Amino acid sequence: MRWRTGSGSIGRVSVAPVEIERTAPAEEGHAVTEPDVPWVTIVHNDPVNLMSYVTYVFQTYFGYSKDKAHKLMLDVHHKGRAVVSSGTREEMERDVQAMHGYGLWATLSQDRG
Amino acid sequence: MSGHFEALPDGGAAVPLDEVEVSILRSLAVQMLELIGPGDEPAQGEDPLAALFQEGPSEKPSDPALARLFPDAYGDGDERLREASAEFRRFTENDLRTRKREDALAVVRSLDALASAGDGSGGGRLELSPEECRRWLGALNDLRLTIGARLEVTDEDENADLYRLPDSDPRKPMVMAYLWLGALQETLVETLMA
Repeated sequence: MRWRTGSGSIGRVSVAPVEIERTAPAEEGHAVTEPDVPWVTIVHNDPVNLMSYVTYVFQTYFGYSKDKAHKLMLDVHHKGRAVVSSGTREEMERDVQAMHGYGLWATLSQDRG
Repeated sequence: MSGHFEALPDGGAAVPLDEVEVSILRSLAVQMLELIGPGDEPAQGEDPLAALFQEGPSEKPSDPALARLFPDAYGDGDERLREASAEFRRFTENDLRTRKREDALAVVRSLDALASAGDGSGGGRLELSPEECRRWLGALNDLRLTIGARLEVTDEDENADLYRLPDSDPRKPMVMAYLWLGALQETLVETLMA
């Protein structure tokens, strides 16, 4: 994600290498001071992806336990969709991009519930 | 088409493949590379850094398989969401295409290595490192998504018909490949979850 600035929307692209930002100590431990309106990553059901594979992705990418990953997969399968993560818009864009990388059908939206 | 992946002690996996299976897998992976398209390599004399920051497409692909591989991140419910999806796509789709291309290339490379190292039959026991396993898993999934889109697998209830096609149906070979890839992927996932 070399094109990200780490702030704002993905529209604001900086040419500054992200490595430089990572080494800046001010970034470390810098808590989010204002409560962002939460965003969520939603994974949608599709007839192709294997149930075992979807569980594997939830365990591998999110680090969820086997039980939690399995339950989320079943939610996707039976309810058609499930919220798999929540956070800032930036974080959810990262998660959605990762899900697309794995071939899962995912979207992000603002959590209005 | 009955070989299954088995776990290796180093975290990798192995599967026996005959020459026909190698040939089918290689052909499918090459077709995937053609579908995804060439990488955005900087042309001779061009600044490679400029290519690094080149923007990707903003339009959702019109091809159904590509549209499934590269979906809208915000959906397309209204104009605002379509704009957000287009913006996201501009900055992510090139990276996503690169990943999928590299996964398919990894499949081609390991099959070619098997064919050249084997007993001359073109097949043999394919052994994958843990890293290759992850690439294969991605490539197998992309292939199934693509074939699923081509076969118009849209609802799980309809699959039953698809799986009972007469031999004369032109979709039959594709369905067989789809099921076989599913078994390969399933057993590969099992080895990685073990």
